Amino acid sequence: MDFSFTEEQTLLRNTVQSLLADKYDFDTRRKVTKTAEGWRPEMWAQFAELGLLAAPFSEELGGLGGGAIENMIIMEEFGRHLVVEPYVETVVIAGGFLREGGTAAQQEALIPGIIGGETVWAFAYAEPQGRYNLADLTTTAKKDGSGYTINGYKAVVLGAPWAQKLIVTARTSGGQRDRDGVSVFIVDKSAAGVSTRDYPTVDGRRASEITFENVKVGADALIGAEGKGLPLVEKITDEAIAALSAEAIGCMKELNTATVEYCKTRKQFGVPIGKFQVLQHRMVDMFMAHEQSVSMTYMVNLKLAESDVERIKAAAGAKVQIGKAGRYVGQQAVQLHGGMGMTDELNVGHYFKRLTMIDTQFGNVDYQLKRYSEAA
Amino acid sequence: MDMSFSPEELAFRDEVRTFIADNYPQELKGGRRTRGEMSKEDILKWHRILYKKGWVVPHWPVEYGGTGWTITQRYIWNEENARAETSPLLPFGLSMVGPVIYTFGNEEQKKRFIPGILSADDWWCQGYSEPGSGSDLASLRTKAVREGDHYIVNGGKTWTTLAQFADWMFCLVRTDPNAKAQEGISFLLIDMKTPGITVRPIITMDGAHEVNEVFLEDVKVPVENLIGEENKGWTYAKFLLGNERSGIAGVARSKKAIERLKNIANAELVDGSPLMKTDEFSRKVAELEIDLSALEVTELRTLAAESKGRGPGPEASILKIKGTEIQQRITELAVEAVGNYALVQAPRMEVTGNEFVPGPDYSAGTAQDYFNVRKTSIYGGSNEIQHNIIAKMVLGL
Repeated sequence: MDFSFTEEQTLLRNTVQSLLADKYDFDTRRKVTKTAEGWRPEMWAQFAELGLLAAPFSEELGGLGGGAIENMIIMEEFGRHLVVEPYVETVVIAGGFLREGGTAAQQEALIPGIIGGETVWAFAYAEPQGRYNLADLTTTAKKDGSGYTINGYKAVVLGAPWAQKLIVTARTSGGQRDRDGVSVFIVDKSAAGVSTRDYPTVDGRRASEITFENVKVGADALIGAEGKGLPLVEKITDEAIAALSAEAIGCMKELNTATVEYCKTRKQFGVPIGKFQVLQHRMVDMFMAHEQSVSMTYMVNLKLAESDVERIKAAAGAKVQIGKAGRYVGQQAVQLHGGMGMTDELNVGHYFKRLTMIDTQFGNVDYQLKRYSEAA
Repeated sequence: MDMSFSPEELAFRDEVRTFIADNYPQELKGGRRTRGEMSKEDILKWHRILYKKGWVVPHWPVEYGGTGWTITQRYIWNEENARAETSPLLPFGLSMVGPVIYTFGNEEQKKRFIPGILSADDWWCQGYSEPGSGSDLASLRTKAVREGDHYIVNGGKTWTTLAQFADWMFCLVRTDPNAKAQEGISFLLIDMKTPGITVRPIITMDGAHEVNEVFLEDVKVPVENLIGEENKGWTYAKFLLGNERSGIAGVARSKKAIERLKNIANAELVDGSPLMKTDEFSRKVAELEIDLSALEVTELRTLAAESKGRGPGPEASILKIKGTEIQQRITELAVEAVGNYALVQAPRMEVTGNEFVPGPDYSAGTAQDYFNVRKTSIYGGSNEIQHNIIAKMVLGL
């Protein structure tokens, strides 16, 4: 039993911390999210330069030999600074699909672009009717010579305005919600027949609605076996959940620090409001919510490689914990900051918004509770 | 004990329902826009129609423009407005400063200000909170110094709702710096066009511009704009805060919001069948409805006591706490209900009509509404302060 980090992992955390302390203060982030682009490609290049985009890949794949724990460290620090750049979409998700399901040729062709920061990816999986069910697909891929023709519509594809490449789930056979018949494809965003409409999200990011109209892809666009993609999709989204959990604990940590600090300095009725016991207990509950979330984040990141049942329970459990804790910590941080907590000018509301959206991504508390109880 | 309406009350209900259906502006119908998104004229449209009808202040005494309705009739009126989703009237003149003026103002002031409040020719805003004085309002520091027939006001107010449109501000100022906190405060009416006033917007996290900072620098206010006696302003301020209790719980509007929530949950699908049919979601909605039913009867009990001449006591804090908790919970569940499209940021200011807002109509702005109503447990005396009031005034702790 050992919950300590290796020397390399501590070094990685220090690297991320000093970069973000230097280049990712809240005011800069706020300005960037209001620009037309909404992100900083030069920041992405810096991530690549410092090896962050290589961290979780094995050395055989050209990476630095890390894994989930490295993702966790990076994402926790990203959470503390509300980083908008698409690390989860590109490194964790697209990187995960290629690592876990890609052929040697796909890995060789595509992973260097991720590690080098040249290619940004997005994950087009959700559909309007499907809610959080990863198998509920009306997007189809029909066999067409040696390749496929894709038709369909994907909703709220995060980071897509910045991406060149997409991971797309589509049905190659079976009924709308069958577990069988789901396939995973690599699609160039610039391919003929792909059209996007971009818009901002409430947590300061960008997303797209994407229509696929007779989009032709080759046989080499398929990741994993045709029609057998769902277990792979589930595994990779659980890895994304593990990364989002780490981001969430970073957000909660910052909110708790800010709230305690504010309550020590804000005076009403002649005393710092932190002297009032009702607020003290509230902050203790926030503290405990964060600690419990840290525990679940460690657990899910340590269990990603275990059996499906163990992994699903850990991921669903972590998602439930951070969903509930994120809501509590976010709401109370706003409440204890009073009117200031409501403003766009202060970072508190921005952490709260991000935590709210983390709950929505890849299935909220209700969805994951059900998933947990069905797996157990 | 009787909770049902009499035949006369039912006839009244039909009358106001028909009036609303026939007169509420077509172009505002079905709207769920926040005030931050509406133009000044749109915000005032319904007010002006009701003014013409003579129904703009049912809660005022008849001599000042009230309708003479019973408390039950007023309740029905609120209920019917919520049912039709009419745009709520601004409270600053009608429910806040108006009653202060007709209760504590002199004849001159009544003649001068009441007509503009009723007609909405004057837009009022509330100068209460300051950066250093929120829950502890009585610690306010904006000062007014008497110089001949004027006060010179210096200081700043914050969280001033819709001050960007205001013609007048009712303002708490410190006139005696040496008195105990509550005893040196006065209640001034300030013309927003006076030199020395600067209004600066505060953008809230949902992207809306509803609140402002107001800076006052050597603002000259004629002495005749003082309400009541100098240094007695705290009495009027408290009267104002405690005056408008009906509607504070927002029961009728919450009922409508739950209906909307159910419509969303019936349209959203989980594996092909409505979200509303799932156990976990329908139970949460049921819990919310039960909480709201309890609050509705609690409010009716308060109103009944009020109609027997017992003023709303500190137990009105129950209405504030429970009412805001329910409003917040409804928006929380709406975010859950819309799923992935909750992420979409709908434009809240300077709407040009070109912005792309994907997803079903009902999902637009859901998360922003949720973020926005977090304010309700902060403003009007935070819910923590309301708990203190009940602890102290009701439980005697």
